[in-house]
Amino acid sequence: MPLITGDALVADSFITVADDAPLPESGGAIVSLARFQKDRDALLARNAPIGVELKASENPELLGDDVHRLSVVALDFPAFRDGRAFSWARILRTRLGYTGQVRAVGKFLYDQVNYQHRVGFDAWIVPEGFTLEQFRRALSEMSHVYQPSTDGRKTIRELRAAGSKTRQH
Amino acid sequence: MDRPEFEPPHPHMYRYDEFDAQFVAERVEQFRGQVARRLSGELNEDQFKPLRLMNGLYLQLHAYMLRIAVPYGTLASRQMRKLAYIARRYDKGFGHFTTRTNMQFNWIKLVEVPDILSELASVEMHCIQTSGNCVRNVTADHFAGATPDEIEDPRPLAEIIRQWSSLHPEFTFLARKFKIAVIASETDRAAAQWHDMAVQIVRNGKGRAGYKVIAGGGMGRTPYIAHVMSEFVEREDILAYLEAVLRVYNMDSRRDNIHKQRIKILINTVGPEEFRRRVAREFEEIKRAGTLQLPQEELARITAYFAPPAFEKLTDAMPVVSEDGGDADFENWKTSNIHQHRAPGHAIVTISLKEPGKVPGDVSADQMEVIADMMDEFSVGEIRVTHEQNLVLPHVRQRDLPAIHARLKAIGLATPNAGLITDIICCPGLDYCDLANARSIPIAQTIAQRFADLERQHDIGELKIKISGCINACGHHHAGHIGILGVDKKGVEFYQLQLGGSGAEDASIGDIMGPGFGEHEIADAVERVVNQYLKLRNKGERFLDTYRRVGMEPFKNAAYQEQLNAAYNG
Amino acid sequence: MAHSPATRPQMLTANDLKQGDVLYWKAGGWVKAFDQGDVFTDPAAADAALAQAQAFVTGNRVVAPYLFEVVRQDNGSIRPLKEREIIRSLGPSISPDPGKQASHG
Repeated sequence: MPLITGDALVADSFITVADDAPLPESGGAIVSLARFQKDRDALLARNAPIGVELKASENPELLGDDVHRLSVVALDFPAFRDGRAFSWARILRTRLGYTGQVRAVGKFLYDQVNYQHRVGFDAWIVPEGFTLEQFRRALSEMSHVYQPSTDGRKTIRELRAAGSKTRQH
Repeated sequence: MDRPEFEPPHPHMYRYDEFDAQFVAERVEQFRGQVARRLSGELNEDQFKPLRLMNGLYLQLHAYMLRIAVPYGTLASRQMRKLAYIARRYDKGFGHFTTRTNMQFNWIKLVEVPDILSELASVEMHCIQTSGNCVRNVTADHFAGATPDEIEDPRPLAEIIRQWSSLHPEFTFLARKFKIAVIASETDRAAAQWHDMAVQIVRNGKGRAGYKVIAGGGMGRTPYIAHVMSEFVEREDILAYLEAVLRVYNMDSRRDNIHKQRIKILINTVGPEEFRRRVAREFEEIKRAGTLQLPQEELARITAYFAPPAFEKLTDAMPVVSEDGGDADFENWKTSNIHQHRAPGHAIVTISLKEPGKVPGDVSADQMEVIADMMDEFSVGEIRVTHEQNLVLPHVRQRDLPAIHARLKAIGLATPNAGLITDIICCPGLDYCDLANARSIPIAQTIAQRFADLERQHDIGELKIKISGCINACGHHHAGHIGILGVDKKGVEFYQLQLGGSGAEDASIGDIMGPGFGEHEIADAVERVVNQYLKLRNKGERFLDTYRRVGMEPFKNAAYQEQLNAAYNG
Repeated sequence: MAHSPATRPQMLTANDLKQGDVLYWKAGGWVKAFDQGDVFTDPAAADAALAQAQAFVTGNRVVAPYLFEVVRQDNGSIRPLKEREIIRSLGPSISPDPGKQASHG
């Protein structure tokens, strides 16, 4: 499936590997948390980027300090209603200070992309037919935000304080 | 689309600036796009449903229902006129005020909703997050700014919470809905302890104002009263604290059983102490990061919007003569519907939407327009909606009471029953609602008509009846002195009684009495319960007090008297 | 005449996607009036109609079609078995009339 990151539709350089499947000889591999915990040393010893895909029930703090050795943390949306990954992304960026790729996978809606972007996701595995135009539009529907988040966007309160026009309606 | 006449914005409540206005306008366009994608099939119903719910749009039994947010229950006159216009143009000429102080229209068409949202945006109104698994409308004490017993007006904080929670990127797909209330007095007029989270403005030992935060209350299948999360949160920390509570809830709530996904379940499963510990951890970190701190200047800036009107310097002088010659009516109305105002010579007026035989909480477009004019003439252009489905004119002069009463009487809104037994809270029930198991409105009407005699009502005194048509408890039956829950028993509507609930500062969950009563028995059962109270009460005791003293047994015996008689005589 | 649950007649209903109106299946399409809707005495025919109705769902015309039971009354007319469906077919059981003098306001 297509990967959107860095405002472009790109080829995914990672392969998601099932728990019982062998790792690829080379290239990026994403494994489950269970697999990572089981084969940690071997995985980290590979001379290739490694990523972990977390289930919606798995707090990224479970990765411990190893999180900084991961190139990708993929957060799954088992259903679009399950919004736990929004908090996981936030925690990855703030508490854990993770600077690698935070990737949205699974079943999410176009209408969630903006929220995902705000809380620290920077890559999306999107369904076939989901275009870059749609992605950009999703990020632009709301010009202003009320609350601060990891995207560092200026909030309405900050814009007001900066002396932007405050014409009363 | 009619262009509304220009009216100056109301000076005593929040006013949108350019940013707020653009936010709401873009939200309308976003929804317009979502509707288009639904009609084209790009979105199926399962995908569209959460999106329309987050704009307050339900599909009910007969039609779409649109729920409009009334933030902290406060409306300006031009907003009331707009609601009247929408009722006429897009609905059947009436609207319904809910137990979360919102407005509902029952006969809406999906294709017209984007236009309705545009109409609402033109008067600084919206339907954002009035449904869905997100933070809902923030409610507050309906006497805010007018009552002498508040520490300060709770609405500035409610407005700050409203902004913070609007399209919050982390908390828009919670496990379930999340309801927040704000109060500022020991007297709880907003049912705070029944909310997912509530803030009470308090003073610490040194007299400094701050916030007591409680969480984990809720109605529904498993009712709970909230636990204290923090006795005192400093003003500047409040958003960081609320965010910490929401984060723990979003992370740790179950997602596998829709009946176990409210925060009340999480807190009572892990225990309040453990929950507080988790909140404290998040709170410390969010506070340290500093981005959510609430500066004093910002609180002051928002508070300034709610600055009270300059009250005329008057002395207390309650008029005794009516304007229309109905002195007895006027006297009765004053007894129940008038409340003390902080400024001498002024009063707070409850407009009861509970005329016996009418639909509780409903108001017609005609009535809304007259009310809007009365708001301008008598109450500085402002009105409040209460969680008990009534309206409140917050700032009237005592000397205007005869005129106010006469005008209300002329439109059928002078029912003198505020807080009395016929002031019933009632959800729409099976007559309208897709989720309901039984009708609720006809039961409310029958009971209200049974007790319509005013002398009898005053003899009974304060007795809050609350009726829900299903276990979702939108009628707040768990908090009723007498609560009634409609159930479906093998295709027949039955009504279960609960006694001893309270939504005030003495919050309690009503006790289930026993097997339900049929549609034609329930009013009799309620009457027997009430008569039992009259027999057993000590001087000065309300129904609730007598129940708490004597327990369920005498009331249960009285209620099932018919069945007992039949058993003995059969 | 009583029917056992397995053989009670059924009808098919849905809501109009755009307008929200209650609809009843009739001969490959939809009508608003309950008493004009098709009554299925054969469960297989009912299921077949429900399957046909899915085309209207994927065609973004209706939402959530479902079958519901009806009973034939002594006078020959049909009415829904469940209260909910009665109310859907007739409208709210109460009149909204919110104020006795509202029209004079």
